[in-house]
Amino acid sequence: MKNPIEHLNKVFESRVRLGIMSALIVNDEVSFNDLKELIGVTDGNLASHLKTLEENNFIKVQKGFVGRKTNTTYSITKAGEKAFRQHLEALENMIRLMN
Amino acid sequence: MTNSQQHLEALADIRRIMDRSSRFLSLSGLSGVGAGIIALTGTFIAQYILNDYYVDYEAVGFRGTDFMELRFKLTVLGVIVFVFALVAGYYFTWRKTRKQQVSLWESSTRRLMMSLIVPLAAGAVFIFGMLRYNEWRFVSPACLIFYGLALLNASKYTLDEIRYLAYCEIVLGLVNVWMPGKGLYFWGLGFGILHIIYGLVMWRKYDSGEQKSS
Repeated sequence: MKNPIEHLNKVFESRVRLGIMSALIVNDEVSFNDLKELIGVTDGNLASHLKTLEENNFIKVQKGFVGRKTNTTYSITKAGEKAFRQHLEALENMIRLMN
Repeated sequence: MTNSQQHLEALADIRRIMDRSSRFLSLSGLSGVGAGIIALTGTFIAQYILNDYYVDYEAVGFRGTDFMELRFKLTVLGVIVFVFALVAGYYFTWRKTRKQQVSLWESSTRRLMMSLIVPLAAGAVFIFGMLRYNEWRFVSPACLIFYGLALLNASKYTLDEIRYLAYCEIVLGLVNVWMPGKGLYFWGLGFGILHIIYGLVMWRKYDSGEQKSS
């Protein structure tokens, strides 16, 4: 039998990273502040998780300005979308097997 | 089994964040009821104004000044009803966002607004264009159809059920095209009754339970 957890991605095991990916998969781009409010974490915590996802090439960063304030937005990459969908499928399969 | 519980929670989390980040979900059912009651009141006042006009019409025939006055009264009434309905709709939804402690002005609200405003503005220009040529028979169908299309467009960014209200408005508008002269009835049905029914259904589904639990 196929191993149900082979597609479970270690990178998405954190709740914060899962949250980031969920928000980015349904939006073209999301700003840092919107992510912070959605997931309910501190700046530093969010930034470090974003960094991990960026290093894995799952998300892209765009730095811009709104007036004088910096406005950083994030969007999902093709690789990120694929990995996240596989992760969701794996989650579903696992739950099905357990029940 | 706790493992399975964890995964279920993760999936619930994903779902919640996907919804919250892309849709404005705090639309209150009471907004619909409020707007509906105001529209219905407006319809009755319009009926009263029209009756008044026709009594004079029967008595002394067509008079240009009377007709101008009628047109003016109905236009003012329309604007007042629109503003009041908007305020009522805004108020109940604002109250709900306060209770849920979410902000009313986030990117999902802006998208919702834009998706509503574009078809509505097109409808408004179209209707004023028709009135410019004294074509009043299709004002009510045009109101209903453009409003329905605006709702359908907006349903991507808010509670999905609003789609059914959109379909009803569009169908009502299209039927009204074949029954010109009955515009006020269709208008009252579409903007009054349908809003109240939709609002009550949504209120029962999403809001009433919340009040009990809080």
